[in-house]
Amino acid sequence: MIALTTDLKRLGAVKAPPGFADRVLAQVGMADSYAPFETVLGTVYVAWNRLGVSAAARSKSAREFEDWFRKDVGRQVMPAEAPPDLAGKIKDELNGKRRMRFDLRGLTTFEQAVLRKTRQIPRGEVRPYGWVAREIGRPAAVRAVGTALANNPIPYFIPCHRVVRTDGEIGNYGGGGPEAKRAILTLEGVRLKRLQDMARGGFRYQGVRTTKIFCYPTCYTGRHALEKNIVWLHDEASARAAGFRPCKVCRPAAVA
Amino acid sequence: MQGVDGLFERMVHEHKDRVFAASLAMTGNRHDAEDVAQDTFIRAYRALATYSPERIRDLKERAWLHRITVNVVRNRVRGVKPRLVELNGSESDHSPGPEAKAMEHMQIDELATRVADLPIRYREAVVLRHVRDLSYAEVADALGQPVGTVKANVHRGLKLLRGDDHDRVDD
Repeated sequence: MIALTTDLKRLGAVKAPPGFADRVLAQVGMADSYAPFETVLGTVYVAWNRLGVSAAARSKSAREFEDWFRKDVGRQVMPAEAPPDLAGKIKDELNGKRRMRFDLRGLTTFEQAVLRKTRQIPRGEVRPYGWVAREIGRPAAVRAVGTALANNPIPYFIPCHRVVRTDGEIGNYGGGGPEAKRAILTLEGVRLKRLQDMARGGFRYQGVRTTKIFCYPTCYTGRHALEKNIVWLHDEASARAAGFRPCKVCRPAAVA
Repeated sequence: MQGVDGLFERMVHEHKDRVFAASLAMTGNRHDAEDVAQDTFIRAYRALATYSPERIRDLKERAWLHRITVNVVRNRVRGVKPRLVELNGSESDHSPGPEAKAMEHMQIDELATRVADLPIRYREAVVLRHVRDLSYAEVADALGQPVGTVKANVHRGLKLLRGDDHDRVDD
């Protein structure tokens, strides 16, 4: 019976189960969990923690996603069963309903401002890079907006694909290149051909003759106007000269 | 916050085995032990966020974490009943590993179950003194009890574990 205290010591040498530390860190929001989800865009790996969704990518494998996450976000990440409401939220987000919370820690305040603003662009619409820059009060930082969007850790859900160039080119896309950007926008109902035709002719806005309001071409307020009442406009000055005022919803120019 | 997060991450990696071993001895099964150990660290994290830099600097981490574990177990005892092993049929889900390892595993778990059956005041004392190998002074500190009380409780606990408790326990 002298062995009892020795046995107790052996009990004291028990190791914590594998993955225990990661689970603890995930519980306090210092490590993230992830799972693959089947969506209209194919398999999307989504990572989350207690603050919200922290990253998304269409990786080819779990391994590829983990490597990317550790390098890009800089935290640990481990596979886990998704919270019961997450699949529904992902589906809703891709259908244009905004229900998700995000964890944007680790990004600069400028990057966060760009992503928050981008999130306000409705499904089926697009805005130029310059619009995002102006809306967040940094009108000269157009290129920086492009960089911030290229580094968007949560593509598809923070819709950086809805920010496009004004010259009719679609612009780059971190979520899978210009082809993927084109495909997603088409899926969302954006008429890319029409946008391109306008851009090639140097037209940036459209005005509706009956309301005397001019908008970005995809703004939903102009969607029900008859085609015969729509005029294509080059810039703000000529629009105002023709008697149009800027739309208060899509804000193609600072509303005077 | 960066400072606290870094400190906490190191603490988890450094103390996870100790906290888990203490939790296993206190609860008697690995499932509850993981719950208790996780709760311990989550409480520690929340507490750290409210501590001043001086308090964090002077923290005796091991004693502090053990005190939290003890409190987590005490609160659980008040709240939930420990899960009982079903007697009619369905065996526990021991996945059979390599033979020798499984034997060792079972012996340790069997001992943990016996320790966990001790009344809580003996159990806390025995676990900290003999499983976690703290000194009597450290145990007294972690439990907030006088050293004499701890010594008596450890003695009584070991006696119960050895099984010679049928004679007079109360002397």
